[in-house]
Amino acid sequence: MTGHSTYTPKSGFARWLERRLPILGFIHESFVAYPVPKNLNYLWTFGAILSFMLVAQIVTGIVLAMHYTPETTLAFDSIEHIMRDVNWGWALRYAHANGASMFFLAVYIHIFRGMYYGSYKEPREVLWILGVVIFMLMMATGFLGYVLPWGQMSFWAATVITNLFTAIPYVGNSITTWLLGGYSVDNATLNRFFALHYLLPFVIVAIVGLHVWALHVTGQNNPTGVEVKDIEKETVPFTPYATLKDAVGLVVFVGLFAWLTFFVPNYTGHPDNYIEANPLVTPPHIVPEWYFLPFYAILRAIPNKLIGVIALFASILIVAALPWLDTSKVRSGVYRPAFKKFYWVFVFVAVGLGYLGAQPAEGVYLIAARILMAYYFLHFLVVLPLLGKYEQTLPEPRSIAASLGEAATPEEKPHA
Amino acid sequence: MKSVVDSWKSIVMAAALAGAAGAALAEEGGAHSQPKPPRQEWSFAGAFGHYDNAQLRRGYKVYKEVCSSCHSISRLAFRNFAEKGGPEISEAEAKALAESYKIKDGPNDAGDYFERPGRLSDRVPPPFPNEQAARAALNGAYPPDMSVLAKARGYSRGFPLFLADALPGFSYQEHGVDYIVALLTGYVDAPQGVELAPGQYYNLYMPGRRTGMPPPLSDGAVTYDDGTPQTAAQYAKDVSAFLMWAAEPHLEERKSIGLKVVGFLIVLSFLVYFTKRKIWANVHH
Repeated sequence: MTGHSTYTPKSGFARWLERRLPILGFIHESFVAYPVPKNLNYLWTFGAILSFMLVAQIVTGIVLAMHYTPETTLAFDSIEHIMRDVNWGWALRYAHANGASMFFLAVYIHIFRGMYYGSYKEPREVLWILGVVIFMLMMATGFLGYVLPWGQMSFWAATVITNLFTAIPYVGNSITTWLLGGYSVDNATLNRFFALHYLLPFVIVAIVGLHVWALHVTGQNNPTGVEVKDIEKETVPFTPYATLKDAVGLVVFVGLFAWLTFFVPNYTGHPDNYIEANPLVTPPHIVPEWYFLPFYAILRAIPNKLIGVIALFASILIVAALPWLDTSKVRSGVYRPAFKKFYWVFVFVAVGLGYLGAQPAEGVYLIAARILMAYYFLHFLVVLPLLGKYEQTLPEPRSIAASLGEAATPEEKPHA
Repeated sequence: MKSVVDSWKSIVMAAALAGAAGAALAEEGGAHSQPKPPRQEWSFAGAFGHYDNAQLRRGYKVYKEVCSSCHSISRLAFRNFAEKGGPEISEAEAKALAESYKIKDGPNDAGDYFERPGRLSDRVPPPFPNEQAARAALNGAYPPDMSVLAKARGYSRGFPLFLADALPGFSYQEHGVDYIVALLTGYVDAPQGVELAPGQYYNLYMPGRRTGMPPPLSDGAVTYDDGTPQTAAQYAKDVSAFLMWAAEPHLEERKSIGLKVVGFLIVLSFLVYFTKRKIWANVHH
């Protein structure tokens, strides 16, 4: 989308640079003049919040890496060294560990916002798929990072997750040995996990670049789901409007982050991860970090390992297929009364799977996990395709301006 | 009317799913689980928490005279005792404390290992040189290091209380120390029908309820010179507080900086919010 103003270099240097590398003009166009629908609510501030969290994780992570030792006999000690002896080490480490939780909290809100307002629909399919790619990279990075403190949960999470690859027919064992750098989780594994944990965030930065690029081509969705028709009337320039609104959301979010880091820093962690890794002692319950729990519940709900692994990956990949599974012509959930109810049932199911992922996989927990998992897939494969065909939707507003009760401009056409 | 029917349908659907989850909840607290440790009062709990220096000193005395014969605490340095937010003994006292320990050092110029008095920079030496030595001396048991024990133990209060554990004003982060107090005072006679192997003890709070650790605390076993009651319950509380400090020596600093950070962010959020309102005032949205 083209913006409100064009960039005119003011200083001599800016004019000189602009003729050679128009980076200032690019920044102006992307983050100053870029037109933002004026009816966005605070759920749209999570893009900025996520960008902040990515940078915060990279900055704290790089400093932590200066003090951390990826070696099985020293890793746990080096974490305690950071916590006790490094200046501000406790703050860096707690901020990084809780930062991962906050990052995932934000990304889940961001994803569920997109689901509610139909942000994945034409023409934003590529934008959406790039988002799913970022989410999967985040999961990989979060898992790899959780292994580094080399506590009991680190070690056994690594063992359980890498063990999933042995389910691949014929080549599973070879692949797993290749991934681990040996026959079990050991020093070679820890070393490569550290290398990859350092690498992947920069891959995320690159994909985020594409995600933002795709966003700036299609423009943002908005609560009405109706595309912008009149840039002058229906949008505001990104700066100062969106910048300030994002700042409000960010400060509140960082307040929550600070509360977690400074007052309840071990709330999201597991006590067993303060016990050094011991390959000879298996913890009674191996549980991943909370942000993996729904997927862990799906994995354990299926007795067959290979099918369980397929279901685990399918439960994530199916999200990428949303633009084609949701057949409704109406974009925003606001005008879809039946969808709205199914949406909240789906949210409940996802949270419920998370709860069950933390419980032992036996008895009623297992039965409940199976029911919720079945519903999870049903939502994507049956509910959404059928809803789009049979749902009685409410009339959409003709335009964003009309939804705000503003007089229609003459060139505005009724929405087909 | 149709929408009313629809909303009933979705409520029934949600209730059915909630029922499934609720049934799952009822399963909790089965026969094989341990009782929940009673909640204790701690000076270091909550947003304004700080350690009770005298309690930490007493706790160290209990550790020294009782626990240290089997348990190491090897990530704790003697200098830590003089640092702010700990027992806060003077540097001279910490030095004297360090010198009361023999530290194995070396090799020296002749290639020999030797013993010397401890220094402030040394860590508290372990009771056994290695795991094998501990197991050989202790009937096959290997007592865990106590440096981060207070964070390495815990229990879940279950749904929905675990959610409250994180909330400002309700926050409860002392599961680990509460567990240690409960364990130290949780020895009872084994119920009928429970056979204990020689050297095993029955403890309500130990997973499996059997432990190789003899009841460590008894009334009057450690002499306090500040008039605090010399009871096993008091020893248990004091040594648990000491272990919390050993596991989290920067807790006071963390909480006091946290108050400033959160306070700053609250003020900033108002400033940013009103700036945003001012800027958006001319936009109909």
